Amino acid sequence: MEIRPEIALLVLGCALVTALPRVLPLVLLARLELAAPLRQWLGYVPVAVLTALLSLELLGAGAGGVLAIIPALMIAALTESLLATVVIGVMAYAMLPFLI
Amino acid sequence: MSDDSFAGGVRAALPVVLGYLGIGIAAGVVERAAGLSNAEILLLSMVLYAGSAQFVVTSMLSLASPAPAIVFTVFLLNLRHLLLSAALAPALRGVAAWKNALLGLQLTDETFVVASARRPLSPAWMAGLNLAAWATWAAANLLGAAFSGAAGDSRVLAFALPCMFAGLLVLQMKGIASGAAAAVAVAVAAGVALATQVLWPGPQAIVLATVLAASAALLAARWKSGRK
Repeated sequence: MEIRPEIALLVLGCALVTALPRVLPLVLLARLELAAPLRQWLGYVPVAVLTALLSLELLGAGAGGVLAIIPALMIAALTESLLATVVIGVMAYAMLPFLI
Repeated sequence: MSDDSFAGGVRAALPVVLGYLGIGIAAGVVERAAGLSNAEILLLSMVLYAGSAQFVVTSMLSLASPAPAIVFTVFLLNLRHLLLSAALAPALRGVAAWKNALLGLQLTDETFVVASARRPLSPAWMAGLNLAAWATWAAANLLGAAFSGAAGDSRVLAFALPCMFAGLLVLQMKGIASGAAAAVAVAVAAGVALATQVLWPGPQAIVLATVLAASAALLAARWKSGRK
């Protein structure tokens, strides 16, 4: 149970770029006013990143992954619960080989 | 009755605590499956303390992405905190800068939702909310890591990762006012990511897809509102 130096460095780098946008606006208060188009662009970033990540994960997981993600998406839309989404998705993925 | 104390903030954190138990355990399982040690998982969850970013780090580590690409992707992903932090700033005006810096350090999507429903906002109350959520997150990550060792097929457990992305995506889509812009973002991001990964595999697929998809969504939203 040890910490590899390259992992520690990676975590520090990620933490630094995460801390800056969390802290700067609160410290600079109203002096930092983002332009409206930039604010709107930033609003689309989470959807874009998550879609890209999901697409690549499914590309790696293959047809079984694409099939199993369908019930997960439905549960997410219905319950808005991340826990329920993960449980249903993983169960669907685990049971798939027995179903087909 | 409003309770502006630290303890009041801890009590207000209950829904976040319950949510973080579930997501944190899933995160710990996936992090363990990606080969991170318990100490590394504790470091990651306490120092980075960002659910979706931790899933990105885990996912990109198992794809053997170089560190600068991982840091840049996390940067893009967490840029959205600019919006949350800026939105909380007016409620914490007049508070010492170092206190606001500490409060901002532990800002998450979930604590923002709880805090933005509360006016006036006291620093002690916010600190209680933040620390309760933070401690739960770290403990849940470790719990998940412990579970993962006892569990069987890590390939099946690792499917928790795309499921988490799918769940977060659905939640984020519901928060976007323009359905057309959100649809454009999803279509462009998926198309560019898959095409790039097939033609030119590497971490640039995620960055390229994100920048192009957010820009396309912005254009779509502006074009649509311009026609009205």
